[in-house]
Amino acid sequence: MSTSRRIEVNPDWCKGCNVCVAFCPKQVLALDERGKAYVANIDACIWCRECELRCPDLAVTVVVERAS
Amino acid sequence: MAATDFLRKRFMPHIWCPGCGHGIIMRALLTAIEKLDIEKNDIVMASGIGCSARMLGYIDVHTMHTLHGRALAFATGVKMARPDLTVVVPMGDGDALAIGGNHFIHAARRNIDMTAIVMNNSTYGMTGGQYSPTTGCGEYGTTAPYGTVVQPFDTVELATAAGASFIARTTTYHAREMARILADAIRHPGFSVVEVLTQCPTYYGRKNEKGDAVEMMERFRDCAVPVGPLDDNGRATAADVEAADASVETIPIGVFRKEVRAEYCDAYRRQVIEPAVAAASAAADAAGGDR
Repeated sequence: MSTSRRIEVNPDWCKGCNVCVAFCPKQVLALDERGKAYVANIDACIWCRECELRCPDLAVTVVVERAS
Repeated sequence: MAATDFLRKRFMPHIWCPGCGHGIIMRALLTAIEKLDIEKNDIVMASGIGCSARMLGYIDVHTMHTLHGRALAFATGVKMARPDLTVVVPMGDGDALAIGGNHFIHAARRNIDMTAIVMNNSTYGMTGGQYSPTTGCGEYGTTAPYGTVVQPFDTVELATAAGASFIARTTTYHAREMARILADAIRHPGFSVVEVLTQCPTYYGRKNEKGDAVEMMERFRDCAVPVGPLDDNGRATAADVEAADASVETIPIGVFRKEVRAEYCDAYRRQVIEPAVAAASAAADAAGGDR
């Protein structure tokens, strides 16, 4: 059984408030040149979902898929 | 079902400003509803007017966008007609405590089974940053260029005095705890008040030099002090704070009260509806016997 995990950021909903970037305990997220959040360092992610819970625009989703 | 399946995605992105805490509260509420496994058809939400009230446009349950401050009155009507439905009322601080202050205290007095979420950003954001009943003494708003003169309401103390049976306070920083408290509040059989301190970086934050959304949330994080566990009477015990320094700003958070007492719809059915139906039925029998 394998598990695939990723963070999805919806750029159409993101307003670039920086909340997900500031409260990520592992500096996984960053803002791009347009001021939208993107996943900069996925290897550091500990899958705590703090970004998903605190995104005021519901633009960040932590996806966990379990395939057998 | 994921929490975001309760969203009316065609209306997203929402209208709230960048960094506004209302979206965090909406996500926590959706998470709570998902956790409680409530069907979309079994939940009704009513809101008044303001930034907070716009939440209902994005949530795919039965929703009513009603009069300023009067959402609790509409919700009471729904609950009386259909006590089987879950009723949730998101309100702003001005909506709940100023314009709808009377509806708020009397809903609490009745202990009618619904959940009031007071989204407290200490300002009237939608109309341009006027000071609200929860703006701190000396703080600024567009209608208080020299600072407010009066003391703010303490939502938790007000709800306690008015008789709400579940009372909690949390902040947008504590998003995970907020979802858990909201689920508890919705499950509670009685009037539940959950005050959520939320940031308005556009007006309150700018007028009071509180910084951007991140800085305002960091303040919630740094000032929050959890209250103690509930005693046998369902009252929170005092927070265990060492060397309480009065000069340090603190925000007590957690569940302040959780007690079970007679719920309005239930009491009304037993005391009024059932005797009235029995009397009408007896009268009909008597009239039938005369014929």
